[in-house]
Amino acid sequence: MGEVLVITSGKGGVGKTTTSANIGTGLASIGKKVVMVDTDIGLRNLDVVMGLENRIVYDLVDVVQGNCRLKQALIKDKRFESLCLLPAAQTKDKSAITPEQMKELCVKLKQEFDYVIIDCPAGIEGGFKNATAGADKAIVVTTPEISAVRDADRIIGLLEAAELRNPKLLINRIRPSMVKKGDMMDIDDIIDILAIDLLGVIPEDEAIVISSNRGEPVALDMNSQAGQAYRNIARRITGEDIPLLSLEVDEGILGKLKKFFGFNE
Amino acid sequence: MDILGKGTGKQVPPSKNIAKERLRLVLVHDRASISPQLLEDLKEDMLKVISTYMEIDVKGTEVTLNSSDTSVALVANIPVLKINRI
Repeated sequence: MGEVLVITSGKGGVGKTTTSANIGTGLASIGKKVVMVDTDIGLRNLDVVMGLENRIVYDLVDVVQGNCRLKQALIKDKRFESLCLLPAAQTKDKSAITPEQMKELCVKLKQEFDYVIIDCPAGIEGGFKNATAGADKAIVVTTPEISAVRDADRIIGLLEAAELRNPKLLINRIRPSMVKKGDMMDIDDIIDILAIDLLGVIPEDEAIVISSNRGEPVALDMNSQAGQAYRNIARRITGEDIPLLSLEVDEGILGKLKKFFGFNE
Repeated sequence: MDILGKGTGKQVPPSKNIAKERLRLVLVHDRASISPQLLEDLKEDMLKVISTYMEIDVKGTEVTLNSSDTSVALVANIPVLKINRI
């Protein structure tokens, strides 16, 4: 019996879809059977981030409404046999499915897969209720910005009200140079405020944009820090004890010289 | 520009401290409004304790959070009817 993980955040644009794609890919790369479900009906994006947008025939709403069999709607990943995507419908809205239907779907998927990764839409309304309905565990994504942390706090409250206890925190887009100057909240500040366990930290990394452009999840990029961070998170999810990446910035000679002469930037 | 700042001896707090302080205040309110039950439970517990010392007007009791720019205060307005002689 597999496990259903919902990736949520409250605020939009903090990296839920990127995180879903990379946790899914990371888990598949270590041999797990994984299905990613995009529940952002009307605004689907997990397909383009994964580079699978041209293969969609049926979608989540088709499955739930019985227009096709579950197997027909699952899109096999290009890179991993054991990785599948169930895309969201693009022409319907969040009310096209109900939490009960999601619950049933999750039960079915759990029987076939080790991990079911649910990409939750932004917001706290119907889409959020659908995405969390069948989940066993939750991952809350935030960035070190005041608005994202505030919304994460709200989401943690709502998850607990929905009996999804002990959500895990993923801090995205940390910029070590800004943290060093005191101009960005650091990991400890955010954990202190939200008071939940940390799953991992992803540094701001241009490789994320480049990999989305190409439709190749960054978790497959062996040279990027963000890719390494996502692979580590995938292994932590399977229960391995992996230490946090050190995000120390290498200032280089120029940086050291500037510091010597009293420049901060 | 930093050199100028240091020259005049002005200490500007790092912006992350401002963010943390603003978050702390706003979350007190967010959390209380997500769960109005919290204030209701607190009120009941307070009334229980106070009732052992004095007779109070339970219906006229109000417990709220008041906030200013720099702090949040728990404000309780509890009309006293009679003080017990212990």
